Amino acid sequence: MHTLTPQTDLATDVDDVARLLNEDGERVADPELDRWVADVDAEALRSLYRDMTLVRRIDTEGIALQRQGQLGLWAPCQGQEGVQVGTARAFRRDDFVFPSYREIGVQFVRGAKPADFVIAWRGEEHSTYNPYDINTATPQIIIGAQSLHAVGYAMGIQRDGTDQVAAAYFGDGASSQGDVNEAMVFASSFRAPVVFVCTNNQWAISEPVTVQAKFPIAGRAPGFGIPSLRIDGNDVLASLAAMRWATDHARSGKGPAFIEAVTYRMGPHTTSDDPTRYRDKEEVERWRRRDPIARVEALLRSQNEFGDDFQADVAADADRLGAAVRGAALGAVSRQPIGVFDHVYEEPHTGLAEQREHFAAYLAGFEPNAEAGR
Amino acid sequence: MTQLTMAKAINEGLRRAMADDDKVLVMGEDIGKLGGVFRITDGLLDEFGAKRVVDTPLAEAGIMGTAVGLAFRGYRPVVEIQFDGFVYPAFDQIVCQVAKLHYRTRGNVKMPITIRIPWAGGVGAAEHHSESPEAYFVHTSGLRVVAVSNPQDAYVMLRQAIASDDPVVFFEPKRLYHSKGEVDLGADLADAPPMGLARIAREGNDVTLLTYGAQVATAMDAATAAEDDGISIEVIDLRSISPVDYRTVTASVRKTGRVVVTHEAAREAGVGAELIASITEKCFHYLEAAPVRVTGHDIPYPPAKLEKHHLPDLDRILDGVDRVLDRPNSLSGVVDQ
Repeated sequence: MHTLTPQTDLATDVDDVARLLNEDGERVADPELDRWVADVDAEALRSLYRDMTLVRRIDTEGIALQRQGQLGLWAPCQGQEGVQVGTARAFRRDDFVFPSYREIGVQFVRGAKPADFVIAWRGEEHSTYNPYDINTATPQIIIGAQSLHAVGYAMGIQRDGTDQVAAAYFGDGASSQGDVNEAMVFASSFRAPVVFVCTNNQWAISEPVTVQAKFPIAGRAPGFGIPSLRIDGNDVLASLAAMRWATDHARSGKGPAFIEAVTYRMGPHTTSDDPTRYRDKEEVERWRRRDPIARVEALLRSQNEFGDDFQADVAADADRLGAAVRGAALGAVSRQPIGVFDHVYEEPHTGLAEQREHFAAYLAGFEPNAEAGR
Repeated sequence: MTQLTMAKAINEGLRRAMADDDKVLVMGEDIGKLGGVFRITDGLLDEFGAKRVVDTPLAEAGIMGTAVGLAFRGYRPVVEIQFDGFVYPAFDQIVCQVAKLHYRTRGNVKMPITIRIPWAGGVGAAEHHSESPEAYFVHTSGLRVVAVSNPQDAYVMLRQAIASDDPVVFFEPKRLYHSKGEVDLGADLADAPPMGLARIAREGNDVTLLTYGAQVATAMDAATAAEDDGISIEVIDLRSISPVDYRTVTASVRKTGRVVVTHEAAREAGVGAELIASITEKCFHYLEAAPVRVTGHDIPYPPAKLEKHHLPDLDRILDGVDRVLDRPNSLSGVVDQ
């Protein structure tokens, strides 16, 4: 386990992490993590590269669509593809994942369709996919709330006697929330089969991680009785290995596990944000050199496993996916006005039914020949 | 029929719901070995085991948030909030998750969570132990809100709340926990009136008196007292405050032409305001007088020795009745009522 000692400057030490792939794309040994990725060959690395590249393309397309007025908002994930794809690849299909709004890569790996990335940000629906179709909850907007949902779901797994795990993703900002701390208390007390992934991307909108923590966030988990790992979140291999360790730990009845993935939000918090007001270019450029996708490419090239055909093939896939995402946004059809009343309750609610009837009557006044009918 | 206290009726309701559906579990602080601070969950741990009677850490947001996760997994959590004034840490999870997940997911994810809240005042309790927060929940779309006034309703409506696929906030007047009444433990939910229906607790012709929870008993006493003055009051126990059974309410108002609403909660933007606004919209032309609210004051709940001055008692209700009947009352002669 990566050792942490309580020195406050560690909170900002982005290299005090477990790592398998350094920023130059060199494979480095880690006695804890190596065994969890012993099976990862060049083909598997290429698959990880492909997913990260596709996720980046979804992200690029989302930003463009927002700038073109097709989406109301977008929360970019550029720079976080490594932790998102790497950790999500460790889950089984029947595990259940509770992401935040920035886990585009997690949703992609779990099986979200092109429309699923844009319909909510376009404001058509709060959620497009049925969570049970891809065993992934609707991305959570309330910071940290989903951490408790994952623990509750894991308590359900315990009662059902299955060997699934639940997982929650949240950011460094969320680590300050009561919900996240309560989630760790409940998870620990009940030995729930749940994994927490804290994506420490250094910024909670404009607040640096030092506002949330003076000591590495991974250091908190042991205080709750939960083992933790602090990993290089821009290292897709370490992310995969860490989550394989964590899910194995939870699946085998040892209780919860915690991963702090040290990464960076290369873009703004959302397209409404202006990060030039609170962080300097040099920092962004330093992190650009730690890019998660470039590392894998460099490793594969060093192994002569990154051919032009493969690169072209992935690029073509990305183009197709980008076009599908764009098509889904441009082709979106808004619900009928009366549809705002849909699904508030599962069972009839007389008060709401009356409001719906009144609104329907009001809308009917706009129909052709409505005047004549009065 | 069996004579039971309301506390025991709720206990039996939980027991029956847990026996009927193994997806039902109860969770909360001190509800296992202790049986809850009011002993509502007494005996359930021994009967159903720790997997279904969950003693939780002392964290209301945690209880509510994990209940959401359990519901995601197909369970029917019944959450006990230890006291009314302790629900606020869970408010975010209730309002943003419990109430909205069904809407957010277009009906794919159900939240059949029952939130039991020992509720309201009149028991000489410490601060934060006598609150009436129901208006916050009534104002939140996606929740159903009910308040019981007698052991039979408590027994049946709790089971209905648990069986509902919607989240239900279930208010239990702690003042009535030890009051007894007849309970039909064999009651079949299929034969019971729907949870959202109001109950005419007493028929009358002159004034419609609307209330819910522990105030029903006070309203009944007021109606009995008013008889001495020849005033016939119709008392309606709303039972459900979201939705409200306006069919029963407006039928009564059309008959009497006069409305008094009473509740312990503060007046400003309270349930009474909503009731009167709706009644005014629905049957303005039947009203013979401006509707009147008899409520708790717009103050934080006062210390126990002063709570009797805050709670609307029989005399304050009768004063409200005098106002709608244009009889001499506390505001007679006061300009700008």
